[in-house]
Amino acid sequence: MMEMMLLLFTFVLAIFLGLELISKVPSMLHTPLTSGSNAISGITIVAALVAAGTDIDHRLNTVLGVLAVTFATINVVGGYLVTNRMLAMFKSKEKNAQS
Amino acid sequence: MSIEVLTATLASAGEQEPGGRLMLIEVCYIVASIFFIIGLKWMSSVERAQRGNVLSGIGMLIAVVATLMNSGMSYQWILIGLALGSIIGAWSALKVPMTSMPEFVGLYNGFGGLASLLVGVAEYVLNQPKWAAGAIVEGPAPIWFTSSAVYLTVLIGGVTFSGSMVAYCKLAEKLISGRPLLFKGQHLVNALILVVLILLGITFAVTPTAEYMLLVLAVTVALSLLLGVLITIPIGGADMPVVICLLNSYSGLAGAAAGFVILNPVLIIAGSLVGASGIILSVIMCKAMNRSFANVFFGGFGATSGAQASGAKGEAKAISPEDAYLVLEAANSVVFIPGYGMAVAQAQHVVRELGEVLEKNGADVRYAIHPVAGRMPGHMNVLLAEANVPYEALVEMDDINPLMETVDVAIIIGANDVVNPAAREDKSSPIYGMPIINADKARTVFVLKRSMASGFAGIENPLFYRENTRMIFGDAKATVQAIVSEFKAG
Repeated sequence: MMEMMLLLFTFVLAIFLGLELISKVPSMLHTPLTSGSNAISGITIVAALVAAGTDIDHRLNTVLGVLAVTFATINVVGGYLVTNRMLAMFKSKEKNAQS
Repeated sequence: MSIEVLTATLASAGEQEPGGRLMLIEVCYIVASIFFIIGLKWMSSVERAQRGNVLSGIGMLIAVVATLMNSGMSYQWILIGLALGSIIGAWSALKVPMTSMPEFVGLYNGFGGLASLLVGVAEYVLNQPKWAAGAIVEGPAPIWFTSSAVYLTVLIGGVTFSGSMVAYCKLAEKLISGRPLLFKGQHLVNALILVVLILLGITFAVTPTAEYMLLVLAVTVALSLLLGVLITIPIGGADMPVVICLLNSYSGLAGAAAGFVILNPVLIIAGSLVGASGIILSVIMCKAMNRSFANVFFGGFGATSGAQASGAKGEAKAISPEDAYLVLEAANSVVFIPGYGMAVAQAQHVVRELGEVLEKNGADVRYAIHPVAGRMPGHMNVLLAEANVPYEALVEMDDINPLMETVDVAIIIGANDVVNPAAREDKSSPIYGMPIINADKARTVFVLKRSMASGFAGIENPLFYRENTRMIFGDAKATVQAIVSEFKAG
């Protein structure tokens, strides 16, 4: 019961933290921010791993879990790489001159 | 709340685990959370954003490895899923062209939602026997709590998945037209579905009998997928950035809900950070269009507004690229104002080329970007960065507007509504009140456009008839190319 309340507490605080952090991001970076935070939302991979890895004798559960792991991994890997590609393009004048 | 308390509480929750390893796993989750937070914080500066993204990625890796350290995990199936997902994810991410970025972000987001949906169902399969056995099993959280969390994970995951798929199709212009689609009574249907879903959720949480729960779960999966389609389909074109942000927010909340199922704080923290991020961005987008959330979601803009503003007609003055060159040659300060049309014409590279020639010619060159230009937030910035425009030259609307009167030439490429002075002057205009880039205040305005057809929202633009405006008709890319050649020849 206590644990449940602590988690709800964490949830509320993290929402407020998120609002603070994101409102400071310049609009220039809104696309990478969207795709970067989209990659973070792939955190559901942790729950997917737990579902896929426990009670492996339960066939249906394992199938669902492995599918979830696959899709969450696409989200995570694809999301981070795409964001990285985008951010790598933002160059300052000096860097542009070098390249 | 101190970290020790949280860790200790969580450690005591899994007594079957050896204490040391469990502690290590929890510490890893805390480190991962910190990396996510710092990663997002670094996103606020261009210099550090890339490092922030890498840090956030390392955080994710730590969280995954920590989860795999749990005892009693069997790896053979997991590894297949991880490998398959990594290959597909990496291959698609490296292959996708920059111009297709909006739809791919939508696609990945949908996969995240689908993963949450599947997790929710899997957890149901895993836990249901325990719930059916009744309240005798006293877990770390009450049955109603876990079952509600399962329900929410399935519901939000489902809406995210189908909504993102529709958004993907609209942005990629596959299967579904990018235009908003509305049918009669759509809002009523949506509201009805939502009420049914809430009621079902309540009964799901308090009725742990196998047959009933299974039925409810099946209905919920179907209804949530339907709801996702119904809320995304009436939104189109210029409103897409808001939907993308909102769906992003949902995928985060689905992750957080999954965190409440397996009682894991890292999911809750990461999920709610993303949830908050999506909400903030949607609010910013709505503000930039001077529209309320409700208006974006229930308006079906563009679909309904065939209404023409009072015609501030006059005669539009067209000039050739050659004449445009003569004006630009003498200009000391030039501002480009790109819109979605630039992306469609793939003109960003020639635009940068023109910018460089102008700079060589001694002009001060800037790119003014409206917050909602394009099909996703910040879309134009990414396109111009891809074309090697240094980020110092990318200026936000609020910074350029006070300087607009000192600008010699404003070149509008593929933008329309975001420079429409009717938003400032004409109270009867549907976009009245929307913040715009005051291109009309520049000494000379060049509008690159295919024809005199009105923009996406079908709103008349009085800017085209202004004294200081010159229209250059034709394909934007070809026009800019022609001006560049003039410079090179001259």
